[in-house]
Amino acid sequence: MPDRYHIHTTITPGRFYRVGKFGGIDWREDCARCSECVKPRCNYEVHEHEALHNRDPRAALRPLYECKACFSCVQGCTKGLLSLSINPEYLEMGDEYWTPDIIHTTWVQADAGKIPVSGAGYRGPFHGTGFDSIWTDMSEIVRPTRDGIHGREYISTSVDIGPKPMRLEFSPDGRMITPPAHLLEIPLPVILDIPAWPVRETGLALARAAAARRLGTVAVLFARDAAAVPESDLGSVVPIVSAEDIEKRRDLIRNSSSMIQLPDGPEIDAAAAEVRKLKPRSIVSVRMTLRPDTADRLVALAGKGLKVFHLCADPHGRERGGDGTPGRHIKDALREIHGRLVGEGFRDEITLITSGGIALAEHMAKAIICGSDLVAADTALLVALGCRVCLNAHSLLIDGADLGSPEFRDPECPIKSAAGDLHYAARRMVNLMGAWHSQLIEVLGAMGIREVRRLRGEVGRAIFREEIEKEAFGDLDRMPMEPVTA
Amino acid sequence: MTTTIADLKRQNNERYQRPGNSDYPQETVERIVRPAPDRYRNAIGKFKVDRLANCIACGRCAEVCSYGVHAKPEGYKYTIRPQDYRCIGPACLETGQDCVSQCPVHALRVRLNPNAECLGDPRWSSDLVLATWHMAETGHRPPAHLEYRLGESGGGFDRIRFKFEVDGSEPDRALADKPEDPASNSGPEADTGLELNRRGDNRPRIRIDIPVYGGGMSFGSVSIHTILAKARAMTAWNSFTCTGEGGYPDRLKPYDDHVITQVATGLFGVREETIRRVRIVEFKYAQGAKPGLGGHLLGDKNTPDVAQMRGAVAGNALFSPFPFHSVYSVEDHKKHLDWIKEVNPRCLVSVKVSTPTDVDMVAVGSFYAGAHIIHLDGSYGGTGAAPDIAKKNIAMPIEYAVPKVHKFLSAESIREKVTLIASGGIRTAYDALKAIALGADGVVIGTTEMIALGCVRCSTCESGRGCPRGIASTDPEMVALMPLDWATQRLINLQNAWREQMIYVLKKLGLPSIQSLRGRTDFLCYMDDSINTKDVAK
Repeated sequence: MPDRYHIHTTITPGRFYRVGKFGGIDWREDCARCSECVKPRCNYEVHEHEALHNRDPRAALRPLYECKACFSCVQGCTKGLLSLSINPEYLEMGDEYWTPDIIHTTWVQADAGKIPVSGAGYRGPFHGTGFDSIWTDMSEIVRPTRDGIHGREYISTSVDIGPKPMRLEFSPDGRMITPPAHLLEIPLPVILDIPAWPVRETGLALARAAAARRLGTVAVLFARDAAAVPESDLGSVVPIVSAEDIEKRRDLIRNSSSMIQLPDGPEIDAAAAEVRKLKPRSIVSVRMTLRPDTADRLVALAGKGLKVFHLCADPHGRERGGDGTPGRHIKDALREIHGRLVGEGFRDEITLITSGGIALAEHMAKAIICGSDLVAADTALLVALGCRVCLNAHSLLIDGADLGSPEFRDPECPIKSAAGDLHYAARRMVNLMGAWHSQLIEVLGAMGIREVRRLRGEVGRAIFREEIEKEAFGDLDRMPMEPVTA
Repeated sequence: MTTTIADLKRQNNERYQRPGNSDYPQETVERIVRPAPDRYRNAIGKFKVDRLANCIACGRCAEVCSYGVHAKPEGYKYTIRPQDYRCIGPACLETGQDCVSQCPVHALRVRLNPNAECLGDPRWSSDLVLATWHMAETGHRPPAHLEYRLGESGGGFDRIRFKFEVDGSEPDRALADKPEDPASNSGPEADTGLELNRRGDNRPRIRIDIPVYGGGMSFGSVSIHTILAKARAMTAWNSFTCTGEGGYPDRLKPYDDHVITQVATGLFGVREETIRRVRIVEFKYAQGAKPGLGGHLLGDKNTPDVAQMRGAVAGNALFSPFPFHSVYSVEDHKKHLDWIKEVNPRCLVSVKVSTPTDVDMVAVGSFYAGAHIIHLDGSYGGTGAAPDIAKKNIAMPIEYAVPKVHKFLSAESIREKVTLIASGGIRTAYDALKAIALGADGVVIGTTEMIALGCVRCSTCESGRGCPRGIASTDPEMVALMPLDWATQRLINLQNAWREQMIYVLKKLGLPSIQSLRGRTDFLCYMDDSINTKDVAK
């Protein structure tokens, strides 16, 4: 039996300013210095750490934010001098999709690669839109398929990228006519993608390539960045090469991984043929923006022999409408595309990679349930390095400006400092993927599914809010949200 | 001399001449509501009352406040620090007889308490936490400024209302002072009792006085005081509490008749002797907060006492594997239930499962395997430790599972022969009533009891020394933070407040008993934001 796939994580504390949720307010001038002081009794030694921090002349003038909001000190102080408040800086992080909680949990996962475990039940809203309107199913007692995640059976998270023949064909004399399939097998259903907005940091690209090599997956890089990747990591690089640059990048195409990405365009099939001529066993993937008509485009391109597609949604996981406005969430778009390809009869030949809006491990599982073969992590990798998905970056996204340009050079941007230390950045990316991988195994184990390939398009193993609401509450009378007063 | 099964049966039969199965002297606990104020010095309320430095200590505020916020005891020179957790806020300010307007030097100010804003989350809103604390303190419904019926999750129970709540027939809650007070309810009281054995087999008919019992929490995940308080309160209310999967502490023996012992996948602390002494045995197949994953006690909380109880090594993380390695079919499941029934011929058997898509089939399978109680644990339920991904994403919330199973069991014509219990997200008495109206017979609560004991949902039960408030900790110093008598009283009070609310709602609906509410979805409505208010008004 081959070795089980295992991601070796290393504890790598973040070097960025960590914004916390709760801040303490302390009216010290009223303190009576009583013998009943609650501060030394803090379970987490928050007050002690804070005092040390405040006395350290080298420490930054910033709060520590270690408080867990247990209220023991607030409620115990003999004079009631302590109180808590929610840190406004925390609430300002990210946006409505990349919420402060998502950013915070990603930081923690990138620290040590551990699954976030906590006490007490779920704390969030009942449901949301997009991925938050899906629950994954689980297997109760009657499906004898597995032995739990801590048991003997191996849960495979490997996926194959590349054109897969539906059947083998043989000549009358018994020779196999079907050309052998050249697949790229990666041990976890994630590839590391370029950031969703233009971050011109070659160091970041190099870190992505190094992380991909350690993980056994691949990293997507612009060709100009890929040229700087050391030879040892080049085998894990998927360069994005434009059709007109193919000849110029011939060495890169030959030496990088077997997958090459070509941006979608009118002459894409000719460009793909050119790549295959340079490197016969290459896997050409078409990188395309997810749009309402993507399913039609996929069917047309599949007819021309292109079988691997990387669908890019916006950072909130939505397709872009014809006028550039956000459209459906990838959950709905993927279900349509997957269903269409199944209807056309060649879904199994195709590989779909989805990126944009994959913010948590659960999104990976849910995107695969909706029909993707694998996903690509983009913004999440930046967040692992301390990115707060700040408004600055969003304005860049909108107007297409360049973070590398001097007017956007923010000395505080954690990405800039992280990109300067390749090993630090790569370790945090590996840690995050390690945590995602473990969480995927948890979900697969709960579902009783032993390999992630079988999860693709398995909508029967998911509970969709729209359907279950109708089933459970369909017979209840409806009332408007506001009571009728007339 | 070896003991044969026949000997055991004979011994059991002799013992069962009395109602319970325990041979240990059983304690009784009085069902009396007494005030049980916050065990911390500074109780948290929704509003904060600031007394500014220009206060002249005239005592006028203490004279006008009828809620006990201000006090100037005789002989005191100054008014004491405001007990602002009692303040009802704007509703009082509107009367004109409030401390702020009556203060001759304008030294008082009332504002929202920033501490209260840090408390809670969409599922357990700040109001819900404070309201539950109030109920646990007083034993009655909280005042109108606290929302005690709904959370802010935007779905499930928070979208469902009883029609009388929204059709204008109920007086404004701000005006209705305490409609659930028995004094204001004339006429006979509605029956809140629940039969647990409906199979009609030769096992005891157990009836509990409230349609609620306590969920399983293991010794290790919570402190011994928490376990005992739960057991004592449920003894007072003639209901049950559950040991969870962590063994049966000796100190629980005086309450054997009100304890459910749990047999879960790790079989921690399960012995034939503990199965024989109780009246209900629960099989835990899965837990709602982490369905399909099994239990997990982190190493820090596995203290020597816990390890001894579980037959494990202290300091090691303990996993309950998923699933039962001896159950891979309904036939295997029946074999398990038969095993328990053979060991204890007078116990009822409950089967606790979580809520996958085919939960209805699982329920039917469990019934035919011989279960008396089918206990559905929804995915938003509590836990001492679970992966965040599991709490949010795996399996369906209880609101969906209850009607699904109720309808399926009814269609199979076996609904009347089994007791259906819902748990995993039952936060309020109204949640419980809605679950029953959707098709459950009763509910199991867990987090609500923890909140009543002072939990603030800081989500750190799993790590280090455990709960910083001494509820879910096995560290001796932390355990001592919560006195057992106080904890017992808080839980007795909570159940009283819930029962008063249940009786109030049943009376509003004109129903004689809680059992007659089961499956009455015609009393419920769904608040749909896609419907226009004006259209309905026309």
